[in-house]
Amino acid sequence: MKIGTPKETFIGERRVGMTPESAVALHKLGHECVIESGAGVAAGFSDASYEAVGVGVLKTAAALWKAADVVAKVRAPDESEMKRLREGQTLVSFFSPVADEAKMVQAAKKGATVIAMEMIPRISRAQKMDALSSMANIAGYRAVIEAGNNFGRFFTGQITAAGKVPPAKVLVVGAGVAGLAAIGTSTSLGAITYAFDVRPEVAEQVESMGAEFVYLDFEEEQKDGATSGGYASVSSPEFREAQLAKFRELAPEIDIVITTALIPNREAPELWTEDMVAAMKPGSVIVDLAAEKGGNCKLTVMDEKIVTENGVTIIGYTDFPSRMATQASTLYATNIRHLMTDLTPEKDGVIHHNMEDDVIRGATIAHGSEVTFPPPPPKVAAIAAAPKKPAVKELTHAEKRAAETAAFKAQTRSQITLLGVGGALVLGVGLIPGMPASFMQHFIVFVLSVFIGFQVIWNVAHSLHTPLMAVTNAISSIIILGALIQVGSSSLLITLLGALGIFMASVNIFGGFLVTRRMLAMFQKS
Amino acid sequence: MENAFTIAAYVVAAILFILSLGGLSGQESAKRAVWYGIAGMGIAVLATLVGPGSGLWVASLVLIAGGAAVGYQLATKVEMTQMPELVAIMHSLVGLAAVFVGFNADLMINYIEGIYQAEGLVMGAVGENGVTAIGLPKEIYEGLSAFGQLIAKKSSVEIGILRVELVLGIWIGAVTFTGSVIAYAKLAGGSSKLPFEIDTSAKKLPGGHFLNAGAAALSVLLLILYLGGSGSWALVLLTLAGLFIGYHLIMGIGGADMPVVVSMLNSYSGWAAAAIGFSLGNDLLIVVGALVGSSGAILSYIMCKAMNRSFVSVILGGFGGPAGEQMAVEGEQIAIEADGVATALNEADSIVIIPGYGMAVAQAQQGVAELTRKLRAAGKIVRFAIHPVAGRLPGHMNVLLAEAKVPYDIVLEMDEINDDFPSTDVAIVIGSNDIVNPAAQDDPNSPIAGMPVLECWKAKQVFVSKRGQGTGYSGIENPLFFKDNTRMFYGDAKASIDKLLPMIE
Repeated sequence: MKIGTPKETFIGERRVGMTPESAVALHKLGHECVIESGAGVAAGFSDASYEAVGVGVLKTAAALWKAADVVAKVRAPDESEMKRLREGQTLVSFFSPVADEAKMVQAAKKGATVIAMEMIPRISRAQKMDALSSMANIAGYRAVIEAGNNFGRFFTGQITAAGKVPPAKVLVVGAGVAGLAAIGTSTSLGAITYAFDVRPEVAEQVESMGAEFVYLDFEEEQKDGATSGGYASVSSPEFREAQLAKFRELAPEIDIVITTALIPNREAPELWTEDMVAAMKPGSVIVDLAAEKGGNCKLTVMDEKIVTENGVTIIGYTDFPSRMATQASTLYATNIRHLMTDLTPEKDGVIHHNMEDDVIRGATIAHGSEVTFPPPPPKVAAIAAAPKKPAVKELTHAEKRAAETAAFKAQTRSQITLLGVGGALVLGVGLIPGMPASFMQHFIVFVLSVFIGFQVIWNVAHSLHTPLMAVTNAISSIIILGALIQVGSSSLLITLLGALGIFMASVNIFGGFLVTRRMLAMFQKS
Repeated sequence: MENAFTIAAYVVAAILFILSLGGLSGQESAKRAVWYGIAGMGIAVLATLVGPGSGLWVASLVLIAGGAAVGYQLATKVEMTQMPELVAIMHSLVGLAAVFVGFNADLMINYIEGIYQAEGLVMGAVGENGVTAIGLPKEIYEGLSAFGQLIAKKSSVEIGILRVELVLGIWIGAVTFTGSVIAYAKLAGGSSKLPFEIDTSAKKLPGGHFLNAGAAALSVLLLILYLGGSGSWALVLLTLAGLFIGYHLIMGIGGADMPVVVSMLNSYSGWAAAAIGFSLGNDLLIVVGALVGSSGAILSYIMCKAMNRSFVSVILGGFGGPAGEQMAVEGEQIAIEADGVATALNEADSIVIIPGYGMAVAQAQQGVAELTRKLRAAGKIVRFAIHPVAGRLPGHMNVLLAEAKVPYDIVLEMDEINDDFPSTDVAIVIGSNDIVNPAAQDDPNSPIAGMPVLECWKAKQVFVSKRGQGTGYSGIENPLFFKDNTRMFYGDAKASIDKLLPMIE
């Protein structure tokens, strides 16, 4: 099949859906690749670099759309591109099926197949093609960089000859993919980073990135994020109040706020109110990654940077990934390449559009002249539900004491029971009528030896279990004594059997001890 | 029969044996402990040779020398990977010796009985006090061998007990003998020196455990017949029943349960020696037999505990059926090449290696040790995590690593290292499967649910060196292989490690 990537038509979009690197991988799947001339220039990939890896360069978009069986691009197609889409062609791009319903229906009517990258289900198998996550990652990183660009101070605290510089304090609201990327970038730049999320289970992830999780003094069972595909759900008014109160408390000391809170298919929740902005120090920066959906701060203006009256900069850009076009294109092209790998199971250049496959089914919104959106729920749960962890209570001193006493008592009880049973058994043997004393003498020796054996063997190191077996094997050949005693008999058969016994036992004695010595000599300390 | 000197020597020998086992609590003291064992054995044999066993001492010495030559050959030639086989086959010798000694005792009883009858007396008849045997006339008595004298002065009750003891000795010896031979054949697999071949998987004759139960019931019946005076044929049949049980019991157990089997046989060989000790009235035999028996029993217990299975379920073979539907494993196994592993290792600070039976099979321990040396030389923390049932013999991995000159203080037990995985950069799993299976903790329906496992998936990255895709011996899917931080390094363990070595800086 021929996979083609046109130049993005959206103004300001610098990303590209195919890189020379991804083209090489696509070739390996048996596909041919073509690209519109200049498609990768804005992302730092020249036509020559594509040609060098055997990608055909076509002059115009029209020629490309005509030639390609599969068109892989970034943004949803515009009107002219929709016209070029033809029957049997597959389009892979971002394509918001709810907002762009008309286009989706149009594509389906034409008989084209459309795979919407944002519809890739969030299951672990599909992570490698999850373009939303890879773009969010870039957005999170870039948000910190943009903030730094507009922030007049260092991130990291320094003590220099010219004076002491306090570290910047960064608050990241929403610890999704973008939030975590922002946390990682911010902490590695040296800022003191706080993070908040309505899903308390992400606190661990936040802390693992080196940030401090902001806990609320609020007792409410939060919904497990795993049940909603890893996204946050709407919180109760009381919870929201507690959350805002906490933010209000933090606002005066925070230098940089990065908000990333989004709830699927809803307007972004307002988390950073005007009074919080007013409370912030002049020179502070807010980066609102939710600007596209109205913003977590109501002062945010989409796609613009504004400065408030009290000198707080609010950045509402929505094109962070495009601002890092090279990196974004590399990741996006890799996502596409992984998708193509799944679509080409035989690696023979033939696309097998398997609508039974959860991932492919989920992302396909138009196929076989029909609209296939919304997809049925996937067969496997998006993310395994987190097991309910029983709260581990910190034990008080008295409780610990009680537990110790109980353990001691249980131990005493089991020991006394064992002693009782053992003693009764031994006594029982002694009470059997007519039991000769000669037997009892040996019996006592036996019982004592078993007892000593148990005491001694428990202390043997695990690592020496093989030598233990070899040595016990050697000493169990003590049976040679029996053979030695018997061999002197006047009966030929007895002598013969005894001799055989001596021979075999001595093989064991020497073999066992020697091999034990060999093994033990090998154990060396470093 | 036993003079005071022999008994005194036995006491010394018994103490030396106890010290010898006790010394195995640490690597350094163990080196001394083995000498205690050797000294104890030397004293015991010498004391017997000058005392009650003086009858044919020259011939005995010759036989011991012959045995020594064979034993020396065995011990010096054996590869450390073959230790399980060697231990198993040596157990069979103890078992067989116990059978012979037991039969001798029976023959001697018959012989003494013959003398009694020739004298017109009844063996075991008691005197006026109702306890002491009347015994033989003095001149005949003194003409008997030491063992003959012992039997000759026994009362009828004592003779009865003696018979029970020797039957026990013979029967356990017989089970140990065939069991060990089969265990050897299964452990050795293709390299078995036996003239016949044995299927290494668990296999039962039709009838399964009923055959074993039947043979055991038959043994009890024969014991009763034998005590009733039926003669030696019952004893022979009883031995055959024991031999069959040993064969069939071990045939039904799969390869990976061998640590339990070998330690169980170890225990049996001890109990056989103890039973023979009873019949010969020899306390040293009883002491040592009991020590060995309890040692093997404890080892079996530890092994079973490490697999979270009851002793009975291991011995009866096979895993219990899963309790319900097992969790579906989601995701895919992602392969990686040597250069990827090398890069990760070069970047890592702390590394944990988890060896399993696969490492022994591939003889990869030298390569692993070389890898360890290189990584340690680069200033990285390298440690080994050993699961109690890794390998085919308790402590097998420790011995293999020791042979490859891996210092023992970086080889840790499961409990010592499990908490450290979250702070580990790279965990390398070499030829182990079930002992690193997270399903044991996560999936209550898994057949190995509840088995303690090495939590290597908590490390930042896990590499699994494995021959190919596929499940372990237990046929349980391992979700570890599908985890996001796991990469599969396919190929023979030795070849893989050799490929990796030059890439480590």
